Amino acid sequence: MTPTMTTAARLAGLPAGLDLAAADGEALHPEAAAESPLSIRGLTVSYGEKPAVFSVDATFPDGALSAIIGPNGAGKSTLLKAALGIIPRLSGEVSVFGRPIDAARARIAYVPQRASVDWDFPTSVLDVVSMGLYRRLGLLRRMRSEERAHALACLERVGMTDFADRQIGQLSGGQQQRVFLARALAQGADLYLLDEPFAGVDAATERAIIEVLKSLRAEGRAVVCVHHDLSTVESYFDHVFLINVRRIAEGPVASTFTAGNLQATYGGRLAAGHIEQLRLGGGTA
Amino acid sequence: MSDLLAALTLQAGYNAALVAIGAALLGFAAGAAGTFLFLRKRALVSDAVAHATLPGVGLAFILMVALGGDGRSLLGLLAGSAVTAGVGLLLVEWIARRTRLAEDAAIGAVLSVFFGIGVVLLTVIQTMSSGRQAGLESFLLGSTAGMLYLDAVVIAVGGALSVLAVWVLRRPMTLVSFDPDYAAACGYDVRRIDLAMMALVMAVTVIGLKIVGLILIVAMLIVPPVTARFWTERAGRVIWIAAGLGAVSGYVGAAVSASAPALPTGPIIVLTATALFLLSLLFAPARGVLAAVLRHRRFQRRVHRRQGLLALARGELIHDPLTLSVLRRAGLIRADGVATEAGRAQAAKAARDEHRWEIARLVNQDTALTGRYDGLTPIERVFTADQIAEFDRHLGPPRPVAGDAAGA
Ligand SMILES: Nc1ncnc2c1ncn2[C@@H]1O[C@H](COP(=O)(O)OP(=O)(O)O)[C@@H](O)[C@H]1O
Ligand SMILES: [Mg+2]
Repeated sequence: MTPTMTTAARLAGLPAGLDLAAADGEALHPEAAAESPLSIRGLTVSYGEKPAVFSVDATFPDGALSAIIGPNGAGKSTLLKAALGIIPRLSGEVSVFGRPIDAARARIAYVPQRASVDWDFPTSVLDVVSMGLYRRLGLLRRMRSEERAHALACLERVGMTDFADRQIGQLSGGQQQRVFLARALAQGADLYLLDEPFAGVDAATERAIIEVLKSLRAEGRAVVCVHHDLSTVESYFDHVFLINVRRIAEGPVASTFTAGNLQATYGGRLAAGHIEQLRLGGGTA
Repeated sequence: MSDLLAALTLQAGYNAALVAIGAALLGFAAGAAGTFLFLRKRALVSDAVAHATLPGVGLAFILMVALGGDGRSLLGLLAGSAVTAGVGLLLVEWIARRTRLAEDAAIGAVLSVFFGIGVVLLTVIQTMSSGRQAGLESFLLGSTAGMLYLDAVVIAVGGALSVLAVWVLRRPMTLVSFDPDYAAACGYDVRRIDLAMMALVMAVTVIGLKIVGLILIVAMLIVPPVTARFWTERAGRVIWIAAGLGAVSGYVGAAVSASAPALPTGPIIVLTATALFLLSLLFAPARGVLAAVLRHRRFQRRVHRRQGLLALARGELIHDPLTLSVLRRAGLIRADGVATEAGRAQAAKAARDEHRWEIARLVNQDTALTGRYDGLTPIERVFTADQIAEFDRHLGPPRPVAGDAAGA
C-alpha cells in the first residue's frame, strides 16, 4: 500500500491498513466529505439547452493526485470551471475544505487550459508568475523584493528561471505550461486544479510538471488534473474520477481505473484493443 | 513658425494656454484608461459609449432650460451625457450577454440608435427659441473657442480621478485582460471589473467631449496604447507610455491648432497622435516594421550563407544570385565564383557540423537538445566540447574542400 492510499484511508475514516478497494468514492463518510479539499454535489451545467455536465457528485481526497478522465467533450473542463465559478452553474453545491468556495478562494490555485490566452499580450514571464500574488498584494501595495524573490523561486521550481524576462509568447508550449504552473505555485494554495497540464508539452516538461505535482502531494496538498493520456494514469495518479456528462466512477486508481469503467466512460470511442494495451485488471464497474 | 513656438511655450494667450494644458491632461487620462480597452480587445465598445453621449447632451440642455437656466452649463451637459453613455454601455453588455447577438452587433445597434436620437434632439433644440446659440453641435467634433477656466478645471479633476482609478485597478484589469478565467478562479468578479474598465472609458469620453468631441475621442483612447505597445513588452509600462504619448499629442495638437486660426483642435490632436503612431510603426526597435524587415534580411542572409557553404563543400554549382553575393561580400568566394582559402575552410567546417548533427541525433537521446537543430544554430551552442569530441570520434578525420568547386 502506498503512503498516499494511507492518507486517503485516514480521510475516509478507515483504519490504516484496510484495503481501499472496499471504499469506493460514494462510501466516504459525510464528515470525511466535509474535510475534502473539493467536494461537489449535484452539479449541473448547461450551454444552452444541452447539459454538458449533469448532476455530478465528486469528492477528491486530500494529500493526493487525482485525475479527471473522460473523452473529448465529456465536460471535464466544464466541471472544473463551474466548480470554480468561472461559468455559472444551473444547480449544485461546491465546498472547498468544508467551506463555501468563496470563503476558500485563497486556498485554491487554477491552471487553465493553455489555449485560452493571447500570447502576444505585453507581459513577461516574471509578470505572469507575479499574477499569482495579486490577490495577496491587494490593490495598493507595491511588490517588494521578497515577493519578487518568491516569484523567482516558483520559476526555479519549474526550471524556468533563465526565461524570467522573456515575453510570454516567445516560449515553447511546454515552457508556457510551466510558467502557468509557477503562477499557481506562487499563490501558495492547498488545492491545485489543472486543466490538461500535459497536453501538447515535450517530454522534459511533462517530467518537470509531474515532479512538481508529486512534491506538492508530499507537502500534503491536493492536486486535481484533467488528464487525457490513459497510459500514464497509473504511474501519476492516486485517485481517478471518470466522467462523461454524468459521473461514471470515482475512487482509488487501483480499484476504479478498470477496463469495465473505461468502457463505460468512453463507450465505442475507445477500441477494446486500446484498453487491452493498458493491461488493466478485468472487473466491470 | 513663431506662432507655433509661442503656442508651444504657452505664450499665445490665456485661452490657448488653457486649451493646451487641458488637452495634455485629457490625453494623459485617455491614454492610460484606453490601455485596458486595447488589451481587452474591446476598442469599439468605446465608440458606442461615445456616440451614446449625444442624446444626454440634448436632454440635459432641454431639462436645464425647462428649469429656467440657460442650458449651456458644461457640468450639466456632461452629467447628462454620462447618463445616456452609461445606459448605452449597459445595453451593449446586456445585448451581448443575454441575446444571441455578438458584441459587434450590439455595438452597431447601440451606436446608431443613440446617435440618431441625439441628432433628432439637437434638431429639436435648434428650433427652440433659447436653442439658437446653444452650440451643442460643437460636441460632435469638439470646440475650444471660448474655453473657460472652469472647463479646464473639470478636465483636470476628472482626468486626475480617472488616472488614479487606472492605477488602483491596474492589477485586476491586467489580469482580466490577460486571462479572465484565471482571474475568475482567483475570486475577481470579471463582469464588475469589465464594467469598471468601461466606466473609466466613459468618464474620459465625457470630459473629452468639450475639446475633442464624441466622434474622435475613440482615437484618443486607442491610438496612444497601440503606439505604446510598439515600445514595450510589459503591460505596466504600456499604461504610462500611452499616457505620456496622449499628453504630448494633446499638448502639441492644441498648440498647432492655436497657431493657425482655421485649424480645428480635436482633429489636429488626433493627427498628432497618428503621426506618433506612424513613427513608432516604422521605427520602433523590436516591433517596428523597419526592424522586422532588417531582421528578416539578416536571417535570409544567414540562411543563404550557410546553404552556399554547404554547396561549396559538396562541390555543387551555385546559381542563386543572392547566395553568390552573400558569399562574395564575406570574402568566401572570388568574383569568378571560385572558393577562397577562407571559403574552403568554412565550407569544410559547415559540412562537418552537419555530419556532427547527424551523429548527435543517433547517439544523443535527449530530444530537447537534438530538437534544436535548425540548420543555423552553431552546434557549439547546443552541445559541450566533450560531446562534440565524442561525435567526432564517430566521424573520423575532417575532409578538405576542393577550391574550384563553385561558380561559372
Ligand atoms: N463556451 C461554450 N459554449 C457552448 N458549448 C460549449 C462551450 N464550452 C464547451 N461546450 C460544450 O460542452 C461540452 C463539454 O465541453 P468541455 O467541458 O470543454 O469538454 P472536455 O474538457 O471534457 O473536452 C462539449 O460538448 C462542448 O462542445
Ligand atoms: Mg477540456
